[in-house]
Amino acid sequence: MLSVWAISRLVAGKDLRVEWRSRVVSNQVVPFAALMMVMFAFALDSDSVLKRVAPGLVWLAAMFSLLVIVQRAFAVETADGALDALRVAGVRGAGIFVGKALALAAQLAVLELILLGAAIVLYDTHLVGSGIALLACTYLTATLGLSFVGTLYGGLAAGAKGRETLLPLLMLPVAAPVLIGATRATEAALGTAGATTSDGWPWIGLLALFAVAFGIGGTLAFGSLIDE
Amino acid sequence: MIALRNAAHVVGSYAITFAAIAVYTWNLLRRARKAARQVPVEDRPWT
Amino acid sequence: MNHFGPTSTRFTRALGVATILGLGWLAVFGLLLSPDDVVQGSYARLLYIHVPSAWLAYLAFGVTGLASGAYLWPRTRSMQWDRIAGASAEVGVLFMALALVTGSLWGKVTWGTYWTWDSRLTTTAFLFVTYIGYLAVRDLGGSHEQRARRSAVLALLAVLEVPLVHFSVSWWRPLHQAETIERGGLKGLMLFSFFVGMIAFTLLYVWLVMHRQRLMMLNDMIDDSGLDRALAERRNEVAP
Repeated sequence: MLSVWAISRLVAGKDLRVEWRSRVVSNQVVPFAALMMVMFAFALDSDSVLKRVAPGLVWLAAMFSLLVIVQRAFAVETADGALDALRVAGVRGAGIFVGKALALAAQLAVLELILLGAAIVLYDTHLVGSGIALLACTYLTATLGLSFVGTLYGGLAAGAKGRETLLPLLMLPVAAPVLIGATRATEAALGTAGATTSDGWPWIGLLALFAVAFGIGGTLAFGSLIDE
Repeated sequence: MIALRNAAHVVGSYAITFAAIAVYTWNLLRRARKAARQVPVEDRPWT
Repeated sequence: MNHFGPTSTRFTRALGVATILGLGWLAVFGLLLSPDDVVQGSYARLLYIHVPSAWLAYLAFGVTGLASGAYLWPRTRSMQWDRIAGASAEVGVLFMALALVTGSLWGKVTWGTYWTWDSRLTTTAFLFVTYIGYLAVRDLGGSHEQRARRSAVLALLAVLEVPLVHFSVSWWRPLHQAETIERGGLKGLMLFSFFVGMIAFTLLYVWLVMHRQRLMMLNDMIDDSGLDRALAERRNEVAP
């Protein structure tokens, strides 16, 4: 019997290998996210407003892209009944959950870096030296939190074939604290609208709490959610 | 008594609330009546 | 045979009569008899329906959470808990919608705006959306046990979500609307009627949940017997 950690490494490795060969995220989701950043500029139509709301737009685009990546991550599993096969083979749900969440976090982290780059290029945002540590912590905690929530609700929605439309309704309300926390912390790190770095650290606490809560909750609950 | 210029919000809220309760209740009883035709009386644990 | 429908019993009929009396008093008092509030004028009359609606919704979601926990706990596992959780959530969603509508109408006439980003309002709105999702998951199909387990886990995750949403929103926007009326503004018959409203809505909740979960039980039985019938037909086809 493999340990949960060994299973999760295998599952994460498999998911990343699938992505490496199919290039769905890099060739479809990343352009979609970049397109969103351009569309935001069309909608808001003001350089000063864009600069002010850039951190929020980065995380908003990240959350919408997350929906697409999660659907993709579970379409791979349900298409050939792979998830059922894993369950029948006695693979523990906790391992599948942690593995898929880590693979998701890796893809999401890359995507978020690209989005931040887009904000710097398109919205005239500047990195501040003193905010780098805060920014890194925000990225780590928010990405983990989003990945746990995405995997948890993605698995739930995947169990019901043809009901993928349910995922945004279930996931977005739960992920709302990450959007608030990560946006405020990023504003603090970038010094948007006069925010200082010290404003951001309490939000890191909230983001970390969120990631831990849904990491534990997902590890416990995932098995019974995907069970047939 | 309510002054007329204020009445719309107050009366409207009461109307919405009581109408929603009535519609939901009516719908509930109707669905129950429909479903009950297919289940014999002795199978209903509350009777 | 009774004309209140097949899901009613003597108990629910008595409950129903008491509820109708309470709601009737509430409508007459709230719309006609209640004196105007010093600060808010006739708008204070919205209190008698808005607060009980919100209370009922919170009560309903609390019951859903508890019943879901009772279902998942192996020693108390029973489909009865699942049905109570589902019925309660449906009633809760209805009354949360009413509380949001009456609340924003009230907000419009007293604060001048339908909505403020107050943490209590925002958390309430998120609860509403979350339980709409919960009801959608209950309708996904599959076996009854599958429905029960899925939705019970989801309800417990909602319990985890609510404090996180509440904290994040209240940090983000620390302002709170003062509760102008609830702090000691009610006296005599007004206070009495307020409690009549709370009790009537609570009775209404019990009545609705009892009927709703009996309806769910009927539907589950029809599903099961439909499956039995289909299996029997299949067997007859195979055995000549």
